[in-house]
Amino acid sequence: MSKTQTVEPLVAPDVLERVLAKGRSTGAEFSEIYIEDKRSTSAGLDDGKVEQVTSGRDRGAGIRVVSGETTGFAHTSDLSERGLLAAAEAAALAAKQGGGGVHKVQLGDVLRHSVNTIKLSPDAVEKSRKVELLKRVDAAARAVNAAIVQVSAGYGDSRKRILIANSNGVLSADEQVRTLLRVSVVATGDGGMQTGYDSLGHTIGFEMFDENDVEELAIRAAKQAVTKLSARPAPSGAMPVVIKRGSGGVLFHEACGHGLEADLVGKSASVYRGKMGELVASPLVTLVDDGTMTAEWGAIGIDDEGHPSQRNTLIKDGVLTDYMWDYLRARKEGRAQSGNGRRQSYQHLPMVRMTNTFVLNGKEEPDDIIRDTKHGVYIAKLGGGQVDTASGDFVFGMTEAYLIENGEITEPLREGNLIGNGPEVLKDIDLLGNDFAMGNPGTCGKDGQGVPVGDGQPTLRVRSLTIGGTAA
Amino acid sequence: MSVGVPELQSLADSVVEQAKPGEQIEAYVSRGGETSVRVYEGELEHFVSAQSEGVGIRIIKDGRTGFAYAGTLEPSAIAEVLAEARDNIQFGTVDQWAGLAEPDGVAQIPQKFWDEELANYPTDKKIEITKELEKLTLAADARVRSEQSNYEDGWAETAVSTTTGIRESGRGNSCYVSVATLADDGDEAQTGFGFSVGDSPKEFDLNKAAREAADRATRLLGATKPASKSVTIVLDPYVTSQFVSILSSALNGENLAKGRSLFRDRLNEQVADPRFTLVDDPTNPLAYTATDIDGEGLAARRNILIENGVLKKFVHSSYSARRMNTKSTGNATRGGFMGGPGVGCLAMQVQPGNKTQAELISAIDDGVLIQDVSGMHSGVNTISGDFSTGASGIVIKNGTLGAPIREFTIASTLQKMLLNIVDLGNDIDWLPMRAVGLSLVISDVMMSGS
Repeated sequence: MSKTQTVEPLVAPDVLERVLAKGRSTGAEFSEIYIEDKRSTSAGLDDGKVEQVTSGRDRGAGIRVVSGETTGFAHTSDLSERGLLAAAEAAALAAKQGGGGVHKVQLGDVLRHSVNTIKLSPDAVEKSRKVELLKRVDAAARAVNAAIVQVSAGYGDSRKRILIANSNGVLSADEQVRTLLRVSVVATGDGGMQTGYDSLGHTIGFEMFDENDVEELAIRAAKQAVTKLSARPAPSGAMPVVIKRGSGGVLFHEACGHGLEADLVGKSASVYRGKMGELVASPLVTLVDDGTMTAEWGAIGIDDEGHPSQRNTLIKDGVLTDYMWDYLRARKEGRAQSGNGRRQSYQHLPMVRMTNTFVLNGKEEPDDIIRDTKHGVYIAKLGGGQVDTASGDFVFGMTEAYLIENGEITEPLREGNLIGNGPEVLKDIDLLGNDFAMGNPGTCGKDGQGVPVGDGQPTLRVRSLTIGGTAA
Repeated sequence: MSVGVPELQSLADSVVEQAKPGEQIEAYVSRGGETSVRVYEGELEHFVSAQSEGVGIRIIKDGRTGFAYAGTLEPSAIAEVLAEARDNIQFGTVDQWAGLAEPDGVAQIPQKFWDEELANYPTDKKIEITKELEKLTLAADARVRSEQSNYEDGWAETAVSTTTGIRESGRGNSCYVSVATLADDGDEAQTGFGFSVGDSPKEFDLNKAAREAADRATRLLGATKPASKSVTIVLDPYVTSQFVSILSSALNGENLAKGRSLFRDRLNEQVADPRFTLVDDPTNPLAYTATDIDGEGLAARRNILIENGVLKKFVHSSYSARRMNTKSTGNATRGGFMGGPGVGCLAMQVQPGNKTQAELISAIDDGVLIQDVSGMHSGVNTISGDFSTGASGIVIKNGTLGAPIREFTIASTLQKMLLNIVDLGNDIDWLPMRAVGLSLVISDVMMSGS
């Protein structure tokens, strides 16, 4: 899975060794440097006009020093040896525990672990081609229906080179490319305005647009807004909910994903603490977090601590089999990391984060799941969500939903949140489809940091979820 | 701004001086630092000491806009940013309203943003305070555990210069402490938090933060899921602040210009109950987000947005004002050097009523005190007005507080909720958010549970 090769890193290995040694100068047992050089391009179209093309450059290093239970951290945008040594000294002082002395750090060859193949690097593509995509999206969305009164579209790409070295001898590098297109639509009718949204994002280059039809994306968002113009208020109360494939991964992200992060478990701030080996979900559920899933939004070659990404089964046939781990939490438990140590940028400390989190296929035909539901709600598109990991209570928004009456999808519903309790909802999954799909690209927020994540699931049914509508 | 930063100002000036004929240039430069202390179970968990800096350059030529930024102030990088921004112009669509702000003669109201005592506050004292907060929190209730106790401070210096004659620079610093808690009762665990802000650490009220963190975690222990029904809700000040903040998007003049405001065509109409008056006033030094200038460098000012329930004004930047043939209200927002200005309310304040929260509650036969909401970002649509959030709180029966409830939603529409405001409290709380907090009573909201 990994290949070793020597290439020119962002900072010379001998400088890294001196910086890491400086990090341990106050007696700390571990020091680490994370270096990032990121270039990004974004373009926004709104109200029929390309408003602005933006170019960005972010470059710097974060230095972490660990002494016992204490972490010291400093970051700098100055990548000279002097700048790095100053940051290392600041981090070392922050974690100072007495002791000290002279340390020597030796790094091996650079580990490179690639999970994505970039055919057309975004910086090799003319900006005019990127802007052109937005104009196509705008035209396609507006052509759907005269009720479409506003379209906003955004394009973004980034190319991030990272290098991580630590005093244990780890030296890893990765180049992470992301390409994203999003569209928001407003439709207006007698009952007011409604909105539609869709997005497309992969860890590949501009070839994403050879493989995906941007007009289709625009049309989906526009139809969503138009459909909702005739939507009736969502019901209130608990009822069966069927979630379309590829649209409900956020349910698992919130219902159990966060609760399986070892830092939260370690502080007993998760409802899943002490549940290893126990049945925590319906036996239909097998949940995987997989950073190696090629081209998906949460795919990474190495995590932000230099550990190769991997595929981790968290729940197997309903039984909790593992949590997700970063360096610190794994060290404490004397076990291996799982490739889940991630950070937003060089200005942030790493912590346990998800990558691509999804539920594997079941056996049911998706149509049968709907047909089997007498009265309930069918969700075709979910919005974001939020969870309290300690109680397990979570919410998530439905941005496109329909009523199910006598086994058939009928009227569209207005937007709202759904609320449930993670462990209860996982056990309440009673039908699982055979039509797995990944969902839209997402950004997961935790402790003030956002990282890109993916999610996915087949069509499934939850026996009972509370719909936060206004209709009695 | 009250204290200029000549070094950054001249750096911004030096960019603007490179404007070619026909170009408008805006340079926004900033640098800052932060300290973050986290304590867990009496031990220092992390100590972060960090500095950052950057420049954002916006160029407008013949109605087209280009932008670029870099997270450094190195001269070679600034030259590259200028070149990139210039290159980006060609891809923009001609917009007849594109342009920079111009000085409008409105005077700034001086405020104090820099605290010398905070700037010189010793590191070991910051750690001590963080440990003390955790200790006080644990002492507040035997059922409470700590998840983390934090101290954070930061300072920033910014300067903006334009070819249109704007030259503003200043600096500010701030600090706060916060604590996250867990409370256990058998298998059940609930979470809470408390915080305190101040110009310097000596203004912290650690006891209040500890008490609130303990109360928030313990008050939901044993809470049950309520049955669905329509109720009158009392929003706790912290929840009201979040509710009021989301109105910013509907009062945004750029959203209005682009047909995206739910208040479109409603100017001078009754959009809320006559008891409701909403002002945006960043010149009020009590507001956490008080400022003397907006994101384009114009003087911040007081604007009455909704008066006695009547929609009086939308907020504008210079761009949205030109589009709507009006003047900027000093409401350009800016998230830092990485982007150009947007539009939004800066410091929202609701005119208080004359009752305490207890008095408001005593007038309600059948209701819920809403103490926390979740999913404001996923269940509220500021364009359609659909409103639905997760919630937890305490049942109100015949004027008194009863049992705690959780895992339910409250739903209505923003339009309807504003009209259904029944009463307001006098319990103003200047929370560290964009809008002030006070108790707010709203009738006829759908509570969805079992």
